Amino acid sequence: MNAIWSMAYQLFGEFGASHMNLSLVQYIGEERITIVRCSHKALRNVRAVIAAVTKINDKRAVIHVVAISGTLKSLRKKITKPAV
Amino acid sequence: MRKFADIHLHPDLTKKEDIEKIIYKAAELNYAIVGISLPLKTRQSTINFSRRICEAAGVDFVARIDLTPKSTSGLLKNLRQVRRGFELVSVNCLSKSVARQAAKDHRVDLLAFPSINPRERFFDISEARLASQGVAALEIDMSLILQLHYFPRVRILSSLRREVAIAAKFHIPVVISSNAVDSYQLREPRELASLTTLFGMDKESALNAVSVNPIAILERNRKKLDSSYVAKGISIVQRGANCDS
Repeated sequence: MNAIWSMAYQLFGEFGASHMNLSLVQYIGEERITIVRCSHKALRNVRAVIAAVTKINDKRAVIHVVAISGTLKSLRKKITKPAV
Repeated sequence: MRKFADIHLHPDLTKKEDIEKIIYKAAELNYAIVGISLPLKTRQSTINFSRRICEAAGVDFVARIDLTPKSTSGLLKNLRQVRRGFELVSVNCLSKSVARQAAKDHRVDLLAFPSINPRERFFDISEARLASQGVAALEIDMSLILQLHYFPRVRILSSLRREVAIAAKFHIPVVISSNAVDSYQLREPRELASLTTLFGMDKESALNAVSVNPIAILERNRKKLDSSYVAKGISIVQRGANCDS
């Protein structure tokens, strides 16, 4: 989450990051999935921030967006549903 | 349903595991088409290997070459050599004269400006005007944005914002690619498209830049490289002694 916040500051500054309303909802360790909440109006910017992350704790890393949803219930269904 | 293409992958061609890894990762990220950058003198075995891996992964393989000529005569010489051998030809425009010549030439598919120095990026209104009369598209490699930080990134984003606005004004297609060297630099197509928000591209244009635009260039070239193609608007439909039947 620190990596995402740090990139949000870098790319959009404090003003832009404040519009995103980013918060951590859940981290599923076994599947290495993080559920993050954000403002729907800033969704495109948040996706850009997530795509721009190249390091986490000084180690090369990449974060991919698995699913997006308006509700947690449908999001959890999407991420647990096997890919067709 | 959109088909997505990343037409600029740059794995180390001497390591087969790297080629395999990047192709499988691209397939996992829902790319239907991948373009691998090959040098001028590529071994046929490398091309065949890449093609086999792409078939196994379920993606379409595109042979691409990146020309970096020092002069217009060098560019013309390279184009004569490579045009029939590669499905995509990109020119890295490091000088104004090369940029102008590449924009005019119908054998060039993609115009790339790899420099981060705004004075060495030559995609201006004159360039756009020339490109609009040709077939070249503007290529934007996202690896620059991902690798740079702070002031260099700010500069490159300013340049890209200006170039994208010029391309839109002259209706020049924009193509977005990852220029990924390894799987860490690959991004899912919609993530690549979302990065364009940093330099002012709208959502629809960004999605077209990773899907419709590169696929249109590829289809046009494949038609031209087909054995039945003669010239623009002319192709051989049937061969043989009795073509009336």
